[in-house]
Amino acid sequence: MAQTREAAIVGIHEYPLRVAPGVSALQIKAASASKALEDAGLSWQDVDAVYDTGSHQNIGGLGISEYLGLNPRLIDNTSVGGTSYEFQAHHAATMIASGKASVALLTYGSTSHSDRRAIGTAGATGQGSPTPFNNMEDPWGMTLISGYGMVKARHMHQYGTTNEQFAEISVATRYHAMRNPEAVKAMTDLEFVGVNEITTQDVLDSRMIAWPLHLLECCMVSDGGGAVVIASKEVARNCKKPPVWIIGGAEATKYRENGGDITVSAGGQSGPRAFEDAGVSPSEMDVLMAYDSFSITVMCMIEDLGFCKKGEGGDYVSQGILKFDQTGGPALNTDGGGLSSNHPGERGIFLLLEATRQLRGESNSQVDNAKLAVAVGNGGQLGARHATSPTILAAD
Amino acid sequence: MTLRPQPRFPEPDTEPFWEATKKKDLVYQTCDNADCTDRVIFYPRAHCDTCGTLETTWNTSKGEGVVYTYSVVMQSRHPAFKDLGPYAVAYVDLDEGFRMMTNIVNVDNPITDIKIGMRVKVVWQEQGDGEIALPMFEPA
Repeated sequence: MAQTREAAIVGIHEYPLRVAPGVSALQIKAASASKALEDAGLSWQDVDAVYDTGSHQNIGGLGISEYLGLNPRLIDNTSVGGTSYEFQAHHAATMIASGKASVALLTYGSTSHSDRRAIGTAGATGQGSPTPFNNMEDPWGMTLISGYGMVKARHMHQYGTTNEQFAEISVATRYHAMRNPEAVKAMTDLEFVGVNEITTQDVLDSRMIAWPLHLLECCMVSDGGGAVVIASKEVARNCKKPPVWIIGGAEATKYRENGGDITVSAGGQSGPRAFEDAGVSPSEMDVLMAYDSFSITVMCMIEDLGFCKKGEGGDYVSQGILKFDQTGGPALNTDGGGLSSNHPGERGIFLLLEATRQLRGESNSQVDNAKLAVAVGNGGQLGARHATSPTILAAD
Repeated sequence: MTLRPQPRFPEPDTEPFWEATKKKDLVYQTCDNADCTDRVIFYPRAHCDTCGTLETTWNTSKGEGVVYTYSVVMQSRHPAFKDLGPYAVAYVDLDEGFRMMTNIVNVDNPITDIKIGMRVKVVWQEQGDGEIALPMFEPA
């Protein structure tokens, strides 16, 4: 399929704090929207499409539009966990290309840290209306982390992938985080033990949270948020910064299946579709922003998007190619990722933000002459119901 | 000890499954459409998730299968689990063809004593007189 350049990311903002007591999720959204529109050189009332997951304030797309003071002609409330913003970018680009809107605003805000939400280790809440899957899962005490642990255990069993290989993902991500002042502040404010570069041995020596996942393979729980402005090519040409084109996207879901292969994510479906949509291949990618909720999530994204064959991700990452200053593969999570920079619960928007910074030449771990990037989100729980969506971006 | 999270009702899809556990029966559904490509339905639903057929039949499993994968929880903040010590959460593939989430119990060291692919059989953890029982699995 021929590549199209109908819609572009023209404005971005990442809320700088990861510990933000006394600030609400809505305030983080509004502050980020204001800064992202300023970054684009657009005005508040230029926004005619509002994208929102509605997951933190129970007011949905209508409420956020009222709160912001916007009268959009298009609202999209797609909410599929951490990858909601890749789904929404795909939808926004498609709707803009069809002429239904010209300036789309995506916002995210969360106070997970200040709320003391134990996202990874809390287990069932027992709240809300009962659902079939709650009734069939909650009694056994699966924590979110152990759900991902089951995928890692199966990956190690099925392909012989080692803990050292998984640790390479954490090592490369921390290498980038230490070059990002906001990530360093995040780790400091969240009282990480050792705000420094790490080795694979450090990862293996960190305590086990849910075997076989160690602490340094797990993302942080922070406050934070951000905003993305996506505009039509006509608007994009008059913005302050060079446009970063959305050239491809795709979506897929996967569930616990009788006899299914838990090591293959929904990215096995949406990855090839997204690259076909963009008319490019994984080997052309300069940057890979992959949702690093846990090391295993990144391993699955690398394989399922086709950077290497299924099951060969361990060998692929152990070549040391994931650092921004190495060749042979894409630079991984150059902002420091959810592991070491920012994870308030739904990290998908930050994948778009850092991919955009790279393609503008604005990253703290800048890949020389970066032209192409893929931001791939994974939402829900990898070992159970989840969604995976890659957004493929190109420099102007 | 705090009680584990219990299934909650009314929830019409899963209620027959949990009613059967009171008699220590592990039940699952099959779809009545002979042309369906995966007739085993799990978790319970009023329709077949493969073909959409609304006619389904309840069956009783022998309660035997293999460990598909597992993880050992070392840190849980949930009151029912936080003082339990390391415990194994697993997917077990039952011989009848359905995969269910469960715990693997009655092992000394869950990290080393459980193996992916090992045979297991159902064991019931009672939750009180006349109450549901939780199906868990132990080495066969």
